[in-house]
Amino acid sequence: MSAHPTTSPAAPGSLPGALLKNRHVSGWLLASPLGLVLAVFLLLPIAMIAVVSFWGATEFSIYPDFQWDNYAFLLSSPVTYKVFLNTFKYAVLTWIFTLGIGFTVAYFLAFHIRSLTWQIALFLLCTIPFWTSNIIRMISWIPFLGRNGIANSTLMSMGVIDAPLDWLLYSDFSVILAFVHLYTLFMVVPIFNSMMRIDRALIEAAYDAGATGFQTLTNVIIPLCKPGIMIGSIFVVTLVMGDFITVRFMSGSQSANVGRLISNDIALLQYPSAAATAVILLITVLMVIGILLRFVDIRKEL
Amino acid sequence: MTKATRTGLSRRRLLKGAAAGVAASAFPAPMIWAQNIKDVTLRQFGTGVSNINEVAQKVKEDLGFTLEMTALDSDAVTQRAATQPKSFDIADIEYWICKKVWPTGNLQGMDVGRIKNYDKIVGIFKDGRLTPGSTIAQGTSPNSVGFTDGPDGTSFADHETGWMTLIPTIYNADTLGIRPDLIDHPVESWAELLNPAFRGKASILDISAIGIMDAAMVCEAMGEIQYGDKGNMTRDEIDRTLAIMTEAKKAGQFRAFWKTFDESVNLMASGEVVIQSMWSPAITAVKSRGIPCVYQPLKEGYRAWGGGIGLSKNLSGIELDAAYDYINWYLEGWVGGFLMRQGYYSAVPETSKNYMTENEWGYWFEGKPATEVITNPYGDAMAQPGETRDGGSFEERMGHIACWNAVMDENRYMIRKWNEFIAA
Repeated sequence: MSAHPTTSPAAPGSLPGALLKNRHVSGWLLASPLGLVLAVFLLLPIAMIAVVSFWGATEFSIYPDFQWDNYAFLLSSPVTYKVFLNTFKYAVLTWIFTLGIGFTVAYFLAFHIRSLTWQIALFLLCTIPFWTSNIIRMISWIPFLGRNGIANSTLMSMGVIDAPLDWLLYSDFSVILAFVHLYTLFMVVPIFNSMMRIDRALIEAAYDAGATGFQTLTNVIIPLCKPGIMIGSIFVVTLVMGDFITVRFMSGSQSANVGRLISNDIALLQYPSAAATAVILLITVLMVIGILLRFVDIRKEL
Repeated sequence: MTKATRTGLSRRRLLKGAAAGVAASAFPAPMIWAQNIKDVTLRQFGTGVSNINEVAQKVKEDLGFTLEMTALDSDAVTQRAATQPKSFDIADIEYWICKKVWPTGNLQGMDVGRIKNYDKIVGIFKDGRLTPGSTIAQGTSPNSVGFTDGPDGTSFADHETGWMTLIPTIYNADTLGIRPDLIDHPVESWAELLNPAFRGKASILDISAIGIMDAAMVCEAMGEIQYGDKGNMTRDEIDRTLAIMTEAKKAGQFRAFWKTFDESVNLMASGEVVIQSMWSPAITAVKSRGIPCVYQPLKEGYRAWGGGIGLSKNLSGIELDAAYDYINWYLEGWVGGFLMRQGYYSAVPETSKNYMTENEWGYWFEGKPATEVITNPYGDAMAQPGETRDGGSFEERMGHIACWNAVMDENRYMIRKWNEFIAA
């Protein structure tokens, strides 16, 4: 922001000096480093992917071309729709569970813990699992859930079940479980952040006005947490929709999401086909985010 | 003589010079070598089975130059060989990958005249026959992609031309792995993979080019499909094969699919599966945990694979000479022995014999009972006295190959169908 209003008479200097004083010019100049970085590292690669998605491929090479083959095959295959549906299923289920757990955890931290020290301590406790890699945390579920794993042997020794439960591992259950485990923190952090900024006087006012605890929750806290919920939702949904390694490991390669289609194509040197799938996935994710942003004006709320 | 002394040329120096001259004229190359070879670095990449640090160390000791090894998985190997020709000097790739990579022109043909042990390379890599009377197995057999027309050839020749695409280094015959302690009847056929008795306890690998071959072995063994050539299926055959597999998948036959060596080991060792397609060293890894595991020979035969060394197009001069030296050294027996003690076969078995004990040779190659404990190159016990190798002798094993890992003409169609199977 320029300190001088644009209406003030331009300094009797050179023309560049006058230009720099113009708030539109200086604004663009200030934004240009970030703009440049985004253009080179975000827009250019995406444009490249979009271009390659029209190219052709042979067994071992790709060649510049303009053809609709990749999209035609992708959009005409029933597998694509099945896989996209599966991707949505994982995203929606994960979203429901992470939101439920994340909101509860954040609520507990923000409103039940009184001292700031304890809030910070417990919040840090939540991040401890993130000190190790994503894949390690995911794989550690495998021996736990396996046919002869800890979960099954515990249940059997307790007499709850007679035979091992096969659906614990290599199933949609284990995939969702891993997703929830991996991504709940991405929900906790933004929700906790918006809860901490709620004026406590509003809650007292609601209490004084005779609202029950539940009414306070639905009429005061949840509306005021909307930006946090939305940011958390965007994190979780985009992460789940782009993930392929969790689905591969936890389903034992038995189910597929869009990420796996792309990684398969890349492994088999079918870059144009992978690019076309990536473009469709990008459009889908942008649409989902667009819909989410309809529910809340992030700019206004922040 | 006095004259010579005056000019600073002593008798000793003269003699030394003469000796060097004689040596240089007799062996011209090695003399240049001695000075420069230490500066040579060759970059090799390939799959984990044969890209072992011990080999690189031994190269440094025996040949003097540096060999940098990079181990990757099959898909990454294909990508690198096809798309990054400047990033390697030596490609250690599988024959079915060669079919994808050779047409890119990133590799150069090898003059067999410079390969000392060429005549001793086993027949399956030259005319496809183990012995003159045996038949050529289906699939991408090494002989079908082993030769090209010249140093710059980009297509394959169907007979020995004197120019090889890859020098064969390592190969084996694969079959199903089973957990004998968890299976109550003898397993003798590939069809057992889809036996409903193993519902939820079977697995297959999710590398399409190899998985489809296992699937074909199973469907043929069940009597469901008679293939013209399992290694080069028609679209109809691909559809029918994967229809059978998809049906089994939907019925819950498979516990999981695996893509990496470790996954296959863990599936088997944890008892999640009791029968699955597997690789020989993975069986060893399960056994080394004290869990019984058998690489079960089956009556329909084996699915074989082979790997070889290819030279980058960019190699020339002293680096190319070093690479030929390396290949000759590779076939001289030390590496062969190293690989054979892990259960693989060497392209020139008879030289490996010099680097193995009689007991080892008898066990690994001749299928004889071990007379002493058999250890692998790292010192782990592999077999106790009296045990014999699964599948028997070299001839018995390699003589029963039903098909080789393959790249089909309909490969892209097959990949798409395979993805549908995985997503089903």
